[in-house]
Amino acid sequence: MANKVERDEVTGTDTTGHEWDGVKELDTPLPRWWLYIFYTSIVVAIVYWVLMPAWPLLNGYTRGVLGFSDRVNVAADVGEMRAARAPMFERLAHASASDLATDPELQEFARAAGESVFGDNCQTCHGAGGAGAPGYPVLADDVWIWGGSMDEIEQTLRVGVRSGHPDARFSQMPAFGRDNLLQPRQIADVTEHVIALSSARARLHPDAGAAARGALVYQEQCAVCHGPTGAGDRNVGAPSLQDDLWLYGGTREEIRRQIELGRGGVMPSWEGRFDEGTRRALAYYVHQMGGGEPDRPAEPVVPPPAVNPPTPVAANAAPQD
Amino acid sequence: MGSVTLIPRPPKPEDVHTIDARAVNSKAARALYKKREQIYPKLVSGTFRNVKWAAMVVLLAIYYVTPWLRWDRGDFRPDQAVLIDFEGRRFYFFFIELWPQEVYYITGLLILAAFGIFLSSALFGRVWCGYACPQTVWTDLYIYVERWIEGDRNERMRLAKAPWSLSKWRKKVAKHSVWLLIAAATGGAWVFYFADAPTLTREIFTGQASAAVYMFIGLLTFTTYALAGTMREQVCTYMCPWPRIQAAMTDQDALSVTYRLDRGEPRGPHKKGASWEGRGDCIDCNACVAACPQGIDIRDGDQLECINCALCIDACDDIMRKVGRPTGLIAYDTHLNVERRQRKEATRFAFVRPRTVLYATLMVLVGAIMLYQLANRSTLDLNVIRDRSPPFVRLADGSMRNDFALKLINMAPRTRRVAIAVSGLSGAHIIVQGGVLDADGRVIAEARPDSVANVRVHVVVPAGAEPGSHPIRFVLDDLDSNDSAESASAFLAGSPP
Repeated sequence: MANKVERDEVTGTDTTGHEWDGVKELDTPLPRWWLYIFYTSIVVAIVYWVLMPAWPLLNGYTRGVLGFSDRVNVAADVGEMRAARAPMFERLAHASASDLATDPELQEFARAAGESVFGDNCQTCHGAGGAGAPGYPVLADDVWIWGGSMDEIEQTLRVGVRSGHPDARFSQMPAFGRDNLLQPRQIADVTEHVIALSSARARLHPDAGAAARGALVYQEQCAVCHGPTGAGDRNVGAPSLQDDLWLYGGTREEIRRQIELGRGGVMPSWEGRFDEGTRRALAYYVHQMGGGEPDRPAEPVVPPPAVNPPTPVAANAAPQD
Repeated sequence: MGSVTLIPRPPKPEDVHTIDARAVNSKAARALYKKREQIYPKLVSGTFRNVKWAAMVVLLAIYYVTPWLRWDRGDFRPDQAVLIDFEGRRFYFFFIELWPQEVYYITGLLILAAFGIFLSSALFGRVWCGYACPQTVWTDLYIYVERWIEGDRNERMRLAKAPWSLSKWRKKVAKHSVWLLIAAATGGAWVFYFADAPTLTREIFTGQASAAVYMFIGLLTFTTYALAGTMREQVCTYMCPWPRIQAAMTDQDALSVTYRLDRGEPRGPHKKGASWEGRGDCIDCNACVAACPQGIDIRDGDQLECINCALCIDACDDIMRKVGRPTGLIAYDTHLNVERRQRKEATRFAFVRPRTVLYATLMVLVGAIMLYQLANRSTLDLNVIRDRSPPFVRLADGSMRNDFALKLINMAPRTRRVAIAVSGLSGAHIIVQGGVLDADGRVIAEARPDSVANVRVHVVVPAGAEPGSHPIRFVLDDLDSNDSAESASAFLAGSPP
């Protein structure tokens, strides 16, 4: 190391005194602006430690003089949002069916709130958009086990199905095979009869002889709930067997297995989880998926053609998009 | 610090025009790692200086006044003539209103701007750089302020060298204050293009404007002050890509600010009354160098640094008049003409060249397409968003249902009543919740002025639909006019359970 400081002629800068194979390193000072920013950032850091949460401790962390907390802020924000929405939920909770049918603002709110709550709570089983899954009813179609009017959907939401709620929707199909209530032969015959009752007969071609034998067993064992013609009974939660929509699958094998096992799902009661306004929003969202039924069964879903003069739909107009 | 040392003028009257100026950014003076040398452009007067003053006034006026122009658009829309409304997602330009999906008009404008600058380059060289570029305009304004407070070239140079005194402090503080005021006004005017100007002005001064507003004002204040006040020619030389691109855009026929060396050389000082025989007209007075805001010597020929501001033309013309020689020793000219004159040929200007014809044709073409589009712009549009879950719904009677969210885009300033029909798949019909169908099974809906209406519809196809995807079309007809729109989508039918 040279004691004497050497100065480079070309740049006028001192060298560090290091030399590698004739290459010398310049001791160029840091740019001033950079240095000042560096010092400033040190000062800012110290001020920050004092004001804001900064250092981890054994059981916690330094809180800082300002007492800043993201948790508290988020809680406050959530509270603010709740408070802002409260009046609309209140309106929704007390709205009559005709209020809801004629108020586009309320409809839009109910739909948006319902969609959000559905996504967080219902979608896991019933699928996005109420698409359903084997064992979990499709909500978008027009087939309902416990009824598809606003009131009935709201009631099902409130009490649940086999949920333990005192007023819960409850039905119990016997496990005819597992509990040896019927012989396998009889179950096969009933399967053919159920197919013959339903519109699945067109694709599954039931055996006429077996179906005739099964009809006797059906009238004895099944007709009490599902009705003599398979129309079902919503009062006891017995699904219609006349359509071609099956909760546990629509192949011959799947239909037979359901007669054997008599499966039934559980839906929780949402009474303790959601207030009335939220349940109303949820019911509205499910109702408008496409299969919702009117409260008065006289009204058909599709209005008769030749309505003249046509009056416009109250379209939910957003101010911009 | 200054690059230029002032030596006392010799009291010889014939040297009265010589200025001791050095082109600090000339090729000869260029060195790697060289620190920037301050340039003190000398005020000139003449045609091009006047054109530049006029351009500055007009351009600054356009920039500052435009947000304050009003344009009545009725009840539903803002009355600011030029407004980029991010919040409302609209762009307003006088009688034009554009929605976000029409952003291709901006693309068209950018293409026009590109061809415009190509064409101007091919015809007149860097006129954009010299007269219209914001960097040039604001730098010119800042130099004007500097000259007003600190004096012209020599006084500024003297002040820079002078020790810090009260008077120097006063001048510097005054200059930087005025610069900062201009910078703040620049940033302040910028934000007016994005919100209602009178309202925002009130909000800015009462502290009610959003943080973003103050941030953008601050940002543009800083950039204006830094770029026009302290960086100046460095922006053009080091930061701007155009000087490099310009090399490709120009050719030997393009006009540029040219020192006519055929006439000027051999240069040298000229004593009053001496003969002009056997020598050039350039008396090497350096007036052109002293006037140059870029710190170059135009007599070195075309240079990347030169922004073609033409101030050296004014400076030289002034000198030529004083020494009694014809003006135009430095002028807008072409390289080819310089060579032609050296060969004693007639000069020629070729403005009509394949390149200029091509650019002009493309500009006309793009402009015509845009105008046609604008004139025939539809104010009704339909977007169809198919529900992705469930992809299809089987109904009790065996029919199949698909659900769609329709967005009726009504860009007109009036309420529209529309009918929506579905076509392309036999038996398909529309159902709408709580809605009304007309005799043809079309949904009747209403769309408010200047807004998007959402309508959810179900399309049902009777039992027996072939499993798979079927193309369908939604057709939207305005019941009160001939406007219509349509949008393609698909109907999905599932196989049996």
